[in-house]
Amino acid sequence: MVVSRKIVIHFPKKLAGQPVISRLVKQYDLEFNILKASITPAEEGLLVLELTGEQSEYEKGIKFLTKTGVKIQSLSQDFTRNEERCTSCGACITICPAGAFELDKKARTVKFDNEKCVACGLCIKACPPRAMEVHF
Amino acid sequence: MPKTIAEINEKIKAGKAVVVTAEEIIDIVKEKGVECATHEVDVVTTGTFGPMCSSSAYFNIGHAKPRMKLGGGKVYLNDVPGYAALAAADFLIGANALPDDDPRNRFHPGEFNYGGGHVIEDLVAGKDVRLVATAYGTDCYPRKKMETWINIKDMNEAVLFNPRNAYQNYNVAVNLSNKTIYTYMGVLKPNAGNVNYCSAGQLSPLLKDPLYRTIGIGTRIFLGGGAGFIAWNGTQHFPNAPRTEIGVPKRGAGTLAVIGDLKQMNPRWLVGTSMLGYGVTLTVGIGVPIPILNEEICRNAAVTDAEIFAGIVDYSDAYPQRRPDIVSETSYAELKSGKIKVQGKDVPTASLSSYSRAMEIATTLKGWIQSGKFLLTEPVAPLPGVDAGITPRALNERPIEE
Repeated sequence: MVVSRKIVIHFPKKLAGQPVISRLVKQYDLEFNILKASITPAEEGLLVLELTGEQSEYEKGIKFLTKTGVKIQSLSQDFTRNEERCTSCGACITICPAGAFELDKKARTVKFDNEKCVACGLCIKACPPRAMEVHF
Repeated sequence: MPKTIAEINEKIKAGKAVVVTAEEIIDIVKEKGVECATHEVDVVTTGTFGPMCSSSAYFNIGHAKPRMKLGGGKVYLNDVPGYAALAAADFLIGANALPDDDPRNRFHPGEFNYGGGHVIEDLVAGKDVRLVATAYGTDCYPRKKMETWINIKDMNEAVLFNPRNAYQNYNVAVNLSNKTIYTYMGVLKPNAGNVNYCSAGQLSPLLKDPLYRTIGIGTRIFLGGGAGFIAWNGTQHFPNAPRTEIGVPKRGAGTLAVIGDLKQMNPRWLVGTSMLGYGVTLTVGIGVPIPILNEEICRNAAVTDAEIFAGIVDYSDAYPQRRPDIVSETSYAELKSGKIKVQGKDVPTASLSSYSRAMEIATTLKGWIQSGKFLLTEPVAPLPGVDAGITPRALNERPIEE
């Protein structure tokens, strides 16, 4: 079975110079799509990836990543909506390039599907009540 | 037979009034006709929940010991400047106020994370707010400096007073230029990349009583989660906008000035709001009851999104240059479908006004009236109508030469 998941990888400084992702491709035959990448002044790295491949290989790949010393999180944990602050206005709907926000035509409430989120961050500041939160 | 507000109030007190929302009346009129619906329904409740910049609150915080004359001095609430030009213990804060050190648009687009609207929300939420005040000192008010936590529950009065709310209709915003713009109508993508609108349409108070037959000065309303009143017509109340055959304005037209006790309001209905690259504001919840006194009022209260139109305005050029031209007209039914045609191209739409929250307001107000705890008021005076001869005035600048 082929799986496709979005993950956030935090690289400590000591791993910044090592070929971690290329080994994922070579050894586990996983496809990757970089959604976001940044390196802090202290040379810690952050990479948001979509990984696609056979489930068994995917799991082995994640195991390999964990052993290298990087910290892995699922992306969906990182972009969340503060339901208390969201007013379901809809300002986010046309701003999101990935279509992660959708209007429920009947209830007229805005639904957030973090599986579709590509971590671009455009919604964070475009949300008038600042209901979208990022926890990298 | 026409009904009176007094008769409806008797029915409310007896728990016998028939109250429906501005959405429910649409189906009732479709099913039973205007005559029957007028007979059956006593009150239609409306609602709207959107950013309303011309909003403010004023306070009396009680006198310090020794006394201090805030009037003519300076006050800051959580670093946001208030307006201290009233008497000694009174001041006001406007929804658009920003801390002096906010970078504003120096790095465009500015984020505007905290301002007057947020201070009002924090106070309503019962949070302590930091007051820093300076004054010049007088014989009777000697104190010159004060730094203290204040809380709404300790104030003598806390009053929400909004000079312009509940616009009867509003521009639909588009950007025809080739770069992204950041406006009070939200982020507008280049080359008509998106369209933003801001009205509850068929739930919006003044769109359901388009000729101000029942909504007037003194009308009791749902305001910010509590009960408030219409104090006056709002600023820029221009009833002479183009209208449809039954009188529904096709552009921004009437507005309301509203007032109410902030202490009994709720932060769910007064939300500090940040418009990227534009500023801070306050999202306000308002609901107005419409007594169904005759068939005309009933027919108008049953108007649907398909019968309400608005002008699409280019916010990259026509709006900032104060040109009156519109790109085209569209209906709220089309806007709510998720996309509309602009210059022949399909463009996705989004709202800045929350329809689901507007519905919640209309339903809450319906519940208040049904339970007998909210009675209707006779307007003390009508709002200026289409025959009042009001013409919008733009600012004619007269250069000052010395």
